[in-house]
Amino acid sequence: MISNLFNRKIFTLLKVQYSNMLEYRVEIALWAISGIIPFFMLNIWTNNNLNESINISDVMLSRYFLCAFFVRQFSVVWVVFSFEEDSLMGKVSPYLIQPLNPFFRYFAQHLAEQITRFPFALIIAFFFFIFNPESIWIPNLGILFLALVSTFLSFLIQFLIQSIVACLCFWTERASSIERLLFIPTLFLSGLLAPVVSFPAYIKSWIYLTPFPYLIDFPANLLSGNETNISGGLSMQILWIFLLFPLFKKIWSEGTKKYTAMGS
Amino acid sequence: MVQNIINVRNLSKSFDISSKEPGLNGTIKHFFRRQTKSLKVIKDISFEIKEGEIVGFLGANGAGKTTILKMLCGLIYPSEGSIIVSDHSPFRRKEKFLKQITLIMGQKQQLIWDLPPIESFYLNASIYDVDKFEAKRRIKKLSEMLEIDDELFIPVRKLSLGQRMKSELLAALIHEPNILFLDEPTLGLDINAQRNLRKFLQKYNKETNATICLTSHYMKDITSLCKRVICVQEGSISYDGELDILLKKLSPVKEILIVCRSEDDAKKLENSGFAVKNKIKNEITLKIENNSITSSLKTILNNFDIEDLFINEPPVDEIIGRVLIKKDYDI
Repeated sequence: MISNLFNRKIFTLLKVQYSNMLEYRVEIALWAISGIIPFFMLNIWTNNNLNESINISDVMLSRYFLCAFFVRQFSVVWVVFSFEEDSLMGKVSPYLIQPLNPFFRYFAQHLAEQITRFPFALIIAFFFFIFNPESIWIPNLGILFLALVSTFLSFLIQFLIQSIVACLCFWTERASSIERLLFIPTLFLSGLLAPVVSFPAYIKSWIYLTPFPYLIDFPANLLSGNETNISGGLSMQILWIFLLFPLFKKIWSEGTKKYTAMGS
Repeated sequence: MVQNIINVRNLSKSFDISSKEPGLNGTIKHFFRRQTKSLKVIKDISFEIKEGEIVGFLGANGAGKTTILKMLCGLIYPSEGSIIVSDHSPFRRKEKFLKQITLIMGQKQQLIWDLPPIESFYLNASIYDVDKFEAKRRIKKLSEMLEIDDELFIPVRKLSLGQRMKSELLAALIHEPNILFLDEPTLGLDINAQRNLRKFLQKYNKETNATICLTSHYMKDITSLCKRVICVQEGSISYDGELDILLKKLSPVKEILIVCRSEDDAKKLENSGFAVKNKIKNEITLKIENNSITSSLKTILNNFDIEDLFINEPPVDEIIGRVLIKKDYDI
């Protein structure tokens, strides 16, 4: 049953969404370019020699921010905005009476976009290495595989968090405003602007109890070869998924009872 | 004996509605203290629908027709009462149930806008576990019935409204549902497209014995598809039965225009005891009750010199319109 679901439904969804995404390739290229915040941050860090305070070399820091860029490219989630719009416009209604949870559509949409933006991300990395040739490195296959797994788990965590917030549409209609509240800690605590290791020790101990450092900091450190606790990081990612998934299921089942099929 | 496929008992639905006074004062009050009230839009209704029946739901805007359809297909949760559709409780949305139904809402689309409809068809086929070979056969059959073979490979955004509606219908029928919920399926379509859609639905019903629940403001949809109608007024059912009987009840008299040979004959007829609607020279319009049409015509033809006569049926739109406008219309 499960294999049938993944073989047919998800594969077809992915295929169709990928075709759909290819219709928007220019938009996706622009999206990929718009995700270069880590490179600006790298510039700020190296020009001000901030890395000396945390004992990371220039090369390792530039690799970290390049990896942060890659992890961000393949874990960025916008399901709350799509679901909110579909919910307000009544587009969710036909999906709700199909034998597939509508969130699978959004999930496939995200994966399809990640596949589409991959070549653009590679081109950006190519230019990064032209300007920073000393940062070129080839991670070993094992680390590469673990980093891929970790990036996918980071995507799952973010997808679940946003899906939970998206389900609040059943109560508030404008759930995206709640997501904006989450954006601040995500931006500062995830490692997008600064490696979490640079935070004071007493703050760090609290940050590691939240899901945020496992969204970018952990996979980026893993891929760039910086010191990190691999098994601990992966375990925390899996733990967060196990905590968030039942919460999503509960809020979904309660929320659909509140659904009024507005706009349809 | 034909089985009931839909059983509705004492069904009610309430929505919480927030209200706001106009102006800045109202906005500030609304911001700090939101006032909500519970509005009962469906009030204790009960009905059954048999397998293979086509039933039209009639009612003014906001009467509750669409809310009933949404509850029947499991889209929204009932506040009170029970609904059983094909042995399932719709809101549980069990896969077995969802594979038997479809909901089509005019102007609402599920097709992927930037891709040709064929992509959405195959996607829906996989969602409903229809294998590729079978999906291909069904797409061919349905596209022939709907006459949209050429449009299957053109991006949805480039199709006309009629072509898009037909494609929506095909996407919604790819899993061969046996219960169709159609909410204003011909909305915005031109006369030919409306007629083709009706023809298709008749054919689909005949070939598959599917049950169809339909709402429409186009009376032609109702008169050509539905033998039975359910009239909904302010959330309650005011009539449930055959359309013909409803029309007879609502329009117990026929208007007969009689052209007499002379004005004198018309005058005699005017004074003969029949109810007269109007008289212009030698033409007189009488109102005669349906059950006495034959005897009245015999009397008129035997006693007056008649040149011609016309029996006028009042338009169905007009008759039904009376029910929809007048809230306390006694059916």
